[in-house]
Amino acid sequence: MKRALRFIYLSAVYLFLYVPILVLIVYSFNDTKYSTNWQGFTMRWYAQLFTDSPLKEALINSLIIASASSVFATVLGTLGAFAFYRYRFLGRKIMYSFIYIVMMSPDIVMGISLLMFFITVGLAPGPFTLLLAHITFCLPFVVVTVYSRISGFDRTIIDVAKDLGASELQMFRHIMLPLLMPAIIAGWLLSFTLSLDDVVVSFFTTGPSFEILPLKIYSMVRLGIKPEINALSAMMFLLSLVTVSVAHLVTKENR
Amino acid sequence: MEKAPIVRLKGVTKRFDDVTAVDSLNLDIYPGEFLTLLGPSGCGKTTVLRLIAGFETLTQGEIFMNGSRLDGIPPNKRNVNTVFQSYALFPHMTVFENIAFGLRMKQTDASAIGRQVREALDIVKMSGLESRMPHQLSGGQQQRVAMARAIVNKPLVLLLDEPLSALDYRLRQEMEIELKRVHRQLGITFVFVTHDQEEAISMSDRIAVMNQGAIEQIGTPIQIYEEPKNMFVAKFVGEINVFDAFVREVGNGSAVVDIHGRLFPVQNRSRFGPGSLVKVLLRPEDIQVTVEEEWSGSDPSLTGRVDEVIYKGKTVDLIISLDEGESIFVTQFFNEDQENIIYREGQRVHVNWLYGWEVVL
Repeated sequence: MKRALRFIYLSAVYLFLYVPILVLIVYSFNDTKYSTNWQGFTMRWYAQLFTDSPLKEALINSLIIASASSVFATVLGTLGAFAFYRYRFLGRKIMYSFIYIVMMSPDIVMGISLLMFFITVGLAPGPFTLLLAHITFCLPFVVVTVYSRISGFDRTIIDVAKDLGASELQMFRHIMLPLLMPAIIAGWLLSFTLSLDDVVVSFFTTGPSFEILPLKIYSMVRLGIKPEINALSAMMFLLSLVTVSVAHLVTKENR
Repeated sequence: MEKAPIVRLKGVTKRFDDVTAVDSLNLDIYPGEFLTLLGPSGCGKTTVLRLIAGFETLTQGEIFMNGSRLDGIPPNKRNVNTVFQSYALFPHMTVFENIAFGLRMKQTDASAIGRQVREALDIVKMSGLESRMPHQLSGGQQQRVAMARAIVNKPLVLLLDEPLSALDYRLRQEMEIELKRVHRQLGITFVFVTHDQEEAISMSDRIAVMNQGAIEQIGTPIQIYEEPKNMFVAKFVGEINVFDAFVREVGNGSAVVDIHGRLFPVQNRSRFGPGSLVKVLLRPEDIQVTVEEEWSGSDPSLTGRVDEVIYKGKTVDLIISLDEGESIFVTQFFNEDQENIIYREGQRVHVNWLYGWEVVL
């Protein structure tokens, strides 16, 4: 009886979470442009997405920004976390707290402040400012992810590496990097997904000529949900499913 | 030793903020010797090791290696390797890769690496475990790998920072013998840090007893144990009984001291004058105990009562309270022809020692 209750309860939770996504996936195969009634199975919307949809260009832009910003954020964030761990310097603790503040601050505040900053320094909004903005909000997530792993290390291994003749760079390359890899990959995946679906910060920091997917979808749905969007969303759901599984496997393997 | 020192510490001082860990310390380490830095925790022994390894920078003084300045050279450029207390094997590397690390950093070619790693594994008796990961090894095995990882680089000096302290008693004794064997086999200078005086005595060629950042005494284990120069060394290295005494007469190299009103002849190497207040120190095994019924001599002795008899297998330990109130600790070895323990609690005994076995400070 107790087990049955538990099963029902859990099922309810998961239904609540996943039924909307399931509905969306089902509709992406629905052979009608406007109706919500089932009109038969089709792959038409997927085909359209890859041929002449305005969504295609936005998707490509989004993937470029997400790839570039996540890579930059990961490199900078990893080096940052290493610096916080390895070196004692004035204001180290305060600087680390500021990393959290960036992470916690509302997107709207970040978006507006970045916009004002770009205007002040004379950068025209466009792909470059968008990239900078995305690196900025991804960076703290990488620092925190990598730092949480690095702070669990026995500090002696750094001394050992140096004792055995490794330079600072060799020590980082041969000891730190391999040991941090799961956290680095996790931080990168996190950055990639954060960048891919950001609306608010992107809204303030990109120019009219450079459209990215979340903003494009946002402007399109104001005129009603098109079936291509369903198809696209279904594909993105699949992508995040794969991403999460990979992240899970990577972190689990190295425990 | 007549040879030139391989490492020389000259007026070495290390301060951390306002704590002085090492205080103008001078030390010569000779090629091929097994030198132990012995002292309580916080005495600066590990700091001395880290200064030689290069992990700490000097506040004052100089360190020389084979006559040339060592301080200022980064740790990765020093011909010195360290075995750390926590072993700190690289967790993501196999045993082979761990040991090969130092050679790889020196761009040694692959075939030479393979040969030298196998040699090192052979020395520490770990052949065949090359492909294991550190987490698959026991504490003793990790210790051996850490040793191999250091000695494979053929350092001029091997520094060992309490490498046995994490092992259990049996394993520690086994590793002590192993360490001595490796030392003999390689002929490398060992500088060993420990707070365990038994470990120090059984392994070292020389021991430097440290306290509060300075060396209290340096010498062979026998010198340190038998002829401590001061109370700190006497009390830190092994058990010792201390009697307050008063010098009555002085002779040629000897003296007569008064302990609790009884007169004992002692050696007087430090040339105390008549009337000096001194301390007479006796190791537990240097004290003779005779039960009252068997006491016949007219030799000077102290009298007391057996408080506690502790059977130890090879020896029997006695705690005797003297009539004057103080408690002394005595270790008696069994005689071959005397199988029964003759001591019982409550027994009255006479306590004395052979002339010359005492230390007078």
